[in-house]
Amino acid sequence: MKVHLTRRYVFAASHRLHAPTLSDVQNRETYGKCNNPHGHGHNYALEVTVSGPVSAETGMVCNLVEMDEVVRRDVLERFDHQNLNVLKDFSALVPTTENLAEVVYDILKQSFHAVHLEQVRIEETMMNSFEYAGGGEPHR
Amino acid sequence: MVYLTRKCEFSASHYYHNPQWSEEENRRVFGKCANLNGHGHNYTLEVTVKGKADPTTGFVVDLKQLKDILDREVVCAMDHRHLNKEVPEFAAKIPTTENIAIAIWQRLDEKLSVAKLHRVRLYEMPDLFVDYYGEA
Repeated sequence: MKVHLTRRYVFAASHRLHAPTLSDVQNRETYGKCNNPHGHGHNYALEVTVSGPVSAETGMVCNLVEMDEVVRRDVLERFDHQNLNVLKDFSALVPTTENLAEVVYDILKQSFHAVHLEQVRIEETMMNSFEYAGGGEPHR
Repeated sequence: MVYLTRKCEFSASHYYHNPQWSEEENRRVFGKCANLNGHGHNYTLEVTVKGKADPTTGFVVDLKQLKDILDREVVCAMDHRHLNKEVPEFAAKIPTTENIAIAIWQRLDEKLSVAKLHRVRLYEMPDLFVDYYGEA
């Protein structure tokens, strides 16, 4: 009985989209107002989906208290109320939400032992969201 | 192939308790969900069926028929009920969101003749939901 379980979390962070390999003009053309020099912020919503068999003993795919604790410790504390650009994770990576989704997936892939990480989905605003289910080169 | 999703809501109470465990163990694993007086949620159910649009009607499924099945099998059976005490599937099974989604799948899969069930998504809270796709 394989079931997917999704839990939603929120965190707030700032970023500026600027690729060092592009000229200032190209950055402006590519990223528009996301390239403003002093950055800006979002309330990100993170949906973490795990999957696995339902335990006959507990009726659960995973212990939610433990899942919350791992996400809080390894993701929320790391990114909430931070400027993404100055974090080590983005020292060589533009902090687009695409890249953020990959980074968060790679972190949780290492953190979750008891349950399979299926995908992460991040809403940057109500209008756009990004999903990553692994398959690329890990960033860390 | 077209996927069609119908949504409905029900409110129910439940508690989590494994009778083979001590009270301490139940409390450790299930936290406040182990309170035997129970507690409740407003559940939101999204049922997705799949099929080809019928050339005559343009429908994947007769929505009225789907709504009737949902009303009978889920809403009448679970809305304003105590899941542990009133829904037979949970006489000996813990009514976690995972197990409720599986029970709803099994109830619907038997009754749906016109379209194929694709997914049962059940929200316990806006920040927690499970998906069940059956046993492929």
